Amino acid sequence: MADGQGQVLRVGCAAGFSGDRTDAAGPVVEALAAAGGPAVLIFETLAERTLALAQLARRQDPDAGYEPLLDDLLRPVLARCLAANIRIVSNFGAANPEGAARHIARLAAELGARAPRIAVVRGDDLSGRQHTLGDVAQGLEVVSANAYIGAEAIADALTAGADVVVCGRVADPSLVVGPALAHFGWARDDWDRLARATMAGHLLECGAQVTGGYYADPGLKDVPGLARLGYPIAEIDADGHCTITKPPGTGGLIDTHTVKEQLLYEVHDPRAYVTPDVVADLGEAVVTELAPDRVRLTGVRGHPRPADLKVNVCHTNGWLAEGEISYAGARAEARARLAGAVLKERLPALTLRLDLIGVTSVFADDAGRHLADGIEGDGRDVRLRAAASHPDRATAERLAREVTALYTTGPAGGGGVRTSLRPRLGTVSCLVPREHVPVAWSFLS
Amino acid sequence: MNAPLLHVPLHRAAHGRTGDKGNRSNISVIAWSPALWDTLVAQVTEDAVADLFRHRRPTKVTRHLLPNLHAMNFVLDDVLDGGVNDSLNLDSHGKALSYLLLDLPLAISPELTGHLRGPVDPSPGDLP
Repeated sequence: MADGQGQVLRVGCAAGFSGDRTDAAGPVVEALAAAGGPAVLIFETLAERTLALAQLARRQDPDAGYEPLLDDLLRPVLARCLAANIRIVSNFGAANPEGAARHIARLAAELGARAPRIAVVRGDDLSGRQHTLGDVAQGLEVVSANAYIGAEAIADALTAGADVVVCGRVADPSLVVGPALAHFGWARDDWDRLARATMAGHLLECGAQVTGGYYADPGLKDVPGLARLGYPIAEIDADGHCTITKPPGTGGLIDTHTVKEQLLYEVHDPRAYVTPDVVADLGEAVVTELAPDRVRLTGVRGHPRPADLKVNVCHTNGWLAEGEISYAGARAEARARLAGAVLKERLPALTLRLDLIGVTSVFADDAGRHLADGIEGDGRDVRLRAAASHPDRATAERLAREVTALYTTGPAGGGGVRTSLRPRLGTVSCLVPREHVPVAWSFLS
Repeated sequence: MNAPLLHVPLHRAAHGRTGDKGNRSNISVIAWSPALWDTLVAQVTEDAVADLFRHRRPTKVTRHLLPNLHAMNFVLDDVLDGGVNDSLNLDSHGKALSYLLLDLPLAISPELTGHLRGPVDPSPGDLP
């Protein structure tokens, strides 16, 4: 069917990372309910470091360790979803999916909604099974170790009647592949269809990044209503092809350009996009605008899934110190450069990165080659930033103290000092045979 | 006699977005119009991109072409000073880097100027 009319599964996405807007779900849920038919709402809230932070939170409090904004995300829409049979699938379980599930059960009771059947997906957390990781974690103080697991447990839980599926580290697109597998009953080696659903999930997984978010550039790439962006809905057909749209009356933009930008986001070889479920191939993909804010993706092919799963290991990684001070007016840039030179002379134990914000900063490299290659200019509003990391807290902290001391010892007219000192987390990754990752799911008892 | 080529920054012919995984950055370059595709393929090369990013010392630059989408995807290895957990950059993901690439100068034949987008830059050689 040209526009995927007929039997489609609608999947809406109301969060693309932990920290996304928490008022996005309402219009998506209303659009799904108005459309009728089978529908799923997903929230994608995990990044590499989010899980490590969640593990640290759970060490402090055994009931914590799931998405801190869970209540803000679900409270506005949970009762409506249960009433309209819109299933909810998310990785907001983070390091404690059971805890998140209990929170959702309490919330439903508090809202006077029917008691949801909540499924919990487990097995991704390998922090207690470091022997499965091989050499990669040797000598590291491990904070978290999680395998990216696939869609099968989600599909099984939905098939068994779950209203809500709470996961930890599943691959982001699997949040969409799971519902599609359950709804259409595809074979689990139907690589083409799995790949198409995977790319639908890829388009949704960053929330508004496919509906005009992270796209606007005034005069070049104009997006209407950026302050009230609609979050995406994928209409997936029985062959896995999808049409991306958004709730009526919301801001934002979906055209072939917004969809192509998101299609290639965080992709390396477009002919081999590797997930736990399938290897997707975009080599012959086609993106077509059907109508304003309706864009269809076809032509995606699939290849057999990999035998191994990717595991991310987060570990403690010393301290990051940062300090900033501003200079403005005549010779501001020269004064900021002098302040940087003073810091370098005062802090020989640290490898400093210096930025001249307003002259050159984020394009530059830690080694300072970009800064050194540039010509000294006449910047008149310049913020010096210094940054360094060190295994030893006290050594790192000296940077913050030296930047503060520039108030009385540095060049003239410096103001607005801010400093920070934070523990750092590092990440290493490895591959683990699928059979070593004990994926399972069960209903919350 | 051929009319002289016009010099424009890449962002008038294409748009793009940066993604990161570990110490590797990927940057898409998507033509504003199919008519611009051949020019992009000829001029937005692995060598041109490696040169733009030379201060970040890429160990490898790979260009993947997607002619159906009139898009290409650059993968730049080891350009993020270790990546989000190790870099000292304010932008440790390298999210701004698409805008470094989109400043690449292009030479455009005059009959293609109708396919360019965006405001005219005041730089010398740009369109009036």
